[in-house]
Amino acid sequence: MIRNSILLLIIAGLAFIFYHELSAYHGNDGLNETANYYATKGLSEVGAANLVTSVVVTYRGLDTLGEVTILFLTAAILALMFKTSHSQKETQKRITSELLITASNVLLPVIFLVGIYIFINGHLTPGGGFQGGAVLASAMVLMLLSISGRKIKHAVLDFIEAISGIAFVLLGILGIFLAGGFLDNSIFSLGTFGELFSAGAIPVIYSFIGLKVGAELSNIILVLNQTQNVEK
Amino acid sequence: MKYFSVEYISIFAGFILLLIGLWGIISQKNILKIIISFSIIDTSIHLILVSVGYIKNRTAPIIDGPVTRADAAQQVTDPVPQALVLTAIVIGVGITALMLSYALKLYEKNKSLEIDKYKSLKW
Amino acid sequence: MALIMIVMAFIAIYHKSLQVAVIASGIISLFASVIYIFLAAPDVAITEASIGSALTVVIFFYVLNKIRRIDDKK
Repeated sequence: MIRNSILLLIIAGLAFIFYHELSAYHGNDGLNETANYYATKGLSEVGAANLVTSVVVTYRGLDTLGEVTILFLTAAILALMFKTSHSQKETQKRITSELLITASNVLLPVIFLVGIYIFINGHLTPGGGFQGGAVLASAMVLMLLSISGRKIKHAVLDFIEAISGIAFVLLGILGIFLAGGFLDNSIFSLGTFGELFSAGAIPVIYSFIGLKVGAELSNIILVLNQTQNVEK
Repeated sequence: MKYFSVEYISIFAGFILLLIGLWGIISQKNILKIIISFSIIDTSIHLILVSVGYIKNRTAPIIDGPVTRADAAQQVTDPVPQALVLTAIVIGVGITALMLSYALKLYEKNKSLEIDKYKSLKW
Repeated sequence: MALIMIVMAFIAIYHKSLQVAVIASGIISLFASVIYIFLAAPDVAITEASIGSALTVVIFFYVLNKIRRIDDKK
């Protein structure tokens, strides 16, 4: 118990520090310099209505590339760790209720459409590649729940993921030659503000990010699902 | 009252959640409980970051409708922490999946989730 | 809302059943996404609602299911 009381003391010390920080904090009353630059110049330079999108895709595009790489590594490590159990056959099928199958047949195209809408309109409305990808992956969960018997091909997901990753990097490199730098979005014309095909390459890049994130997340779920089906 | 606005309440909740999660990591013995505590800490840090970027009486950083192009800098909140948290959430789910799969492998090997049973890394 | 989140965090750590703990951590994410709406961050709110409170819980449940199967086989 002496160990626990020492730990409690440490936590209490941290709580005191946090209380100190909280009482010293007095709220923001204006943007700092970087944010001010993004808010004023972001429109004329990038042309996206959603400032978060312009920060994620264009100004901090390299971070987004690294982040997508981390997700890819996670999916790859998971597939590597559970590789050995793939060769066995699935012995018995789980019985799914009629209600779930019918409902998922109605809902699946709608969910896919919503996901695609979210990541294509990422530069105009709240949303974007990550959110759309997550919606696509949740559609994948519904598909796995309803049709337990059918095999979903790993190869299709891998193909989508590889193609969109390569296209993302290629668009970035194209930005070096045609515009200001890596992942610069003005390789296409900026277009009129507020339309679907505006803001240069942002809709294209964000769609590829959405496809890639959706494929990776559903790959993770698929690997976990298949290993649990095999171990009967 | 200064302390009853949205950003103070959310920062306070974030700090409390962070302390609870830390206590959970230190005191729990079950590996899955430790992973749950990690995800609580994730959520709390995102909450603190977003609420630090909040500015009173301003709207979301989307230039549309009431927010005009000219004085956007006077009307929107800080977009940088929001973009940061956006990527951090996605990375968080990847890390959680990775930790869970390692826990699964450990359980397959040793048939136990209690962290006290694992003696091989003790010195 | 912050009070509910804190109570849920205690449930998530101290409840005996792992299923209840996982659902409690999902509820924390859900209320956090509502708070993001109040903090004028709709992007983060969408992400947290779809990833934090849906996909994470699904992954946790897959792993719990798998652990139960290993127990059954033993």
